[in-house]
Amino acid sequence: MSDKITRNDAMNITPRTLRIFLLMGAAAALTGCGSTRLVRVQPWERATLTDYVMRPDRDPLHTALAEHTYFSREAATGGRGVGGSGCGCN
Amino acid sequence: MLKKSLSFLGSARVFGGAWAALVVVSAALAGVKVGDVFPALATAQLAGGAVPATAGKILVVDFWASWCAPCKASFPALGKISSDYATRDVVLIGVSVDESAAAYATFLKKTPPAFPAFHDAKQNLVRAVQVPTMPTTYVVDRQGRVRFVHSGFHGEASERRLRSDIDALLAEKTP
Repeated sequence: MSDKITRNDAMNITPRTLRIFLLMGAAAALTGCGSTRLVRVQPWERATLTDYVMRPDRDPLHTALAEHTYFSREAATGGRGVGGSGCGCN
Repeated sequence: MLKKSLSFLGSARVFGGAWAALVVVSAALAGVKVGDVFPALATAQLAGGAVPATAGKILVVDFWASWCAPCKASFPALGKISSDYATRDVVLIGVSVDESAAAYATFLKKTPPAFPAFHDAKQNLVRAVQVPTMPTTYVVDRQGRVRFVHSGFHGEASERRLRSDIDALLAEKTP
């Protein structure tokens, strides 16, 4: 009998092992890993988010360039406006 | 094999326990709601001086921050309410939730509120209360129970509602 672990041995997941994994997953979800509190910034923790540097439109030149690029690329669908390109498809 | 492994999930006991745990966790995360007892201010370790006596009085607690523009906009209205009801057993206080003590101090210097302001420097009180938005104002009755919660500040409408809520509590008979 060889001590070498074969591929078949490694893939042999017993019902007991599977049950342990399922229980660990459920426990993790119930104890916080599944909680949105871990990723949600609370209303009283938003000082950094309200900082001026977090504003996407803080640089007028960058905003103008980004808008120009956007409406140039998306002109066929009306860009920022509601109208179409005149083809009658919108 | 999979069927055998999953068979234990069919147990009502497992689902019952999981459901109970979820209910308990959800209740703990929900924070202070209407009808709940408002946490004691004396034990909240608020900076900014002695917290006024609130026993048997109507308490209005406004949570604000120096980085919150609507909070700043609410200060004149809250100041007027505070002075108008000062002699009628109503205590209005502002609790800053600023993480930065320097930002809090600078803001107070620039915009001193016309009502007692305190700093929840360690954010103990705000975590216990779990305010839903900034600002949020809690109106607490003479028994210490939250009766009204005002989320955000919407100008004159908010001021009118706050005055109306305070008047309603003042109209109630004292026990």
